[in-house]
Amino acid sequence: MHAVVTVTGKDKKGVIAKVSQFLLEKNANIEDVSQTVMDEYFAMIMLVDISGIQEELSVLAQECAEMGKSIGMSVHMQHEDIFNAMHNV
Amino acid sequence: MFNKFDVLETINMVEKEHLDIRTITMGISLLSCIRATAEETATAVYDLVCKKAQNIVKVAADLSGEYGIPIVNKRVSVTPVSLITAAFPEKSILVGKALDKAAQTLGIDFLGGYSALVHKGTADYEEKFIRTIPEVLASTSRLCSSVNVGSSKSGINMDAVRLMGEIVKECAHLTKDNDGLGCAKLVIFCNAVEDNPFMAGAFHGVGEGDTVINVGVSGPGVVESAVKAIPNADLTEVAETIKRTAFKITRAGQLIATEASKRLNARFGIVDLSLAPTPARGDSVAAILEEVGIESVGTHGTTAILAMLNDAVKKGGVMASSRVGGLSGAFIPVSEDIGMIEAAESGKISLDKLEAMTCVCSVGLDMIAIPGNTSASTISAMIADEAAIGMINNKTTAVRVIPAPGKKVGEWVNFGGLLGRAPVLPVHESSAEKFISRGGLIPAPIHSFKN
Repeated sequence: MHAVVTVTGKDKKGVIAKVSQFLLEKNANIEDVSQTVMDEYFAMIMLVDISGIQEELSVLAQECAEMGKSIGMSVHMQHEDIFNAMHNV
Repeated sequence: MFNKFDVLETINMVEKEHLDIRTITMGISLLSCIRATAEETATAVYDLVCKKAQNIVKVAADLSGEYGIPIVNKRVSVTPVSLITAAFPEKSILVGKALDKAAQTLGIDFLGGYSALVHKGTADYEEKFIRTIPEVLASTSRLCSSVNVGSSKSGINMDAVRLMGEIVKECAHLTKDNDGLGCAKLVIFCNAVEDNPFMAGAFHGVGEGDTVINVGVSGPGVVESAVKAIPNADLTEVAETIKRTAFKITRAGQLIATEASKRLNARFGIVDLSLAPTPARGDSVAAILEEVGIESVGTHGTTAILAMLNDAVKKGGVMASSRVGGLSGAFIPVSEDIGMIEAAESGKISLDKLEAMTCVCSVGLDMIAIPGNTSASTISAMIADEAAIGMINNKTTAVRVIPAPGKKVGEWVNFGGLLGRAPVLPVHESSAEKFISRGGLIPAPIHSFKN
């Protein structure tokens, strides 16, 4: 089972470190990363394997959003199916 | 890996453009609850609804968390209650209250189905049932009611139309301390559909399965943004853009519907492709019409744009979902759409234009405040007009008007929440009393020679 983690906001140091650390603690495995900075606007999309997580995805997604707030970024964790559904025929 | 822009587009739709799943509605058949007495039936109804829908709130919260899309309403629709209480119609109120209590226990937003289907004739028990509607709506909070008074196959039951004018008035009177809130929970239909997930008109048709999940998507804000991004496009391209946007919105609805039915142990019914506005800015159907190129909703051109919008939404949505149903169209409730509220306030939209708009979209004269002294026969005549539009055009039409107690044109009703607020609009003052008092049945129309 995979989830997509999206991190957006004003660029600053340590964002990737913080997000990766969080995912490691939750036993989620990062499989793919795409990241850019445009005009100081940071945007990162990660595909993570969440088969090993100990809590429900909805709970983890909430914690993820809170972790994002603590570093001043907007962080979303969503089941990959929503993107498959909306963007693939 | 996903396309970066696709991912960010979805997030943007939710965060900035109010994309949401408007409702997960569980349809439950109550036919197995009929007992010898009203009291026993009410108990059986309460137990069944609480059992079947016990997880709906939790499942909706889980899905919302997992997929990152808000699910605004959790609802239940039930078999038209008039069928359940046919043996003791005067005591239908007991079942109505049991349903309202079940809705409170479950923590759902609304429960629909305090309904009667009388499009060809009103049985004695149905008339008695209908007469309980005002009291039930005044003494419950989450229960919604609807009455089907006409259909393309059977014509319009004008006796029922006459009765409903009086019922609407009484609903307003009994809830006069809340601006006639009872009327906001009562819909009078022509060609009512059996799988509608939207309130106040939802009920679970007898042709449906035992327990089904119907999902209503939303997203006027998403469509508005998509149209805004192409200011110089011609209308072919505008229609195409709306279609593509509707596809994406509906796919989200389809995913939620499939997952919800699995987790709730119910059959997947339909996805309803309606664009449903809320009073929040950026969540308005009127704003889409204005974005296409009219200064204000209600002016000339409104009907044409609405027709295009409605059709494009269906075309995109049908492709995106395996089963489409319900009302599926753009809703134009006045009090629930900020653009409509503003147009009504500045006198740019009239009841006559609203009626014209209902010829090309779902659902009808919806959430419109009219003067408190409007006569029952005038309300009946409004119902008859809408029913005629539905009957001739083979579509669902409805009336949900609020004769605001003690209020005149220009004064406001305010219901709060999703039901919103609206200024009282003027109605025509010439009487339709003689027409309505004739009663009888307007015969079903001929369906060939369509010119």
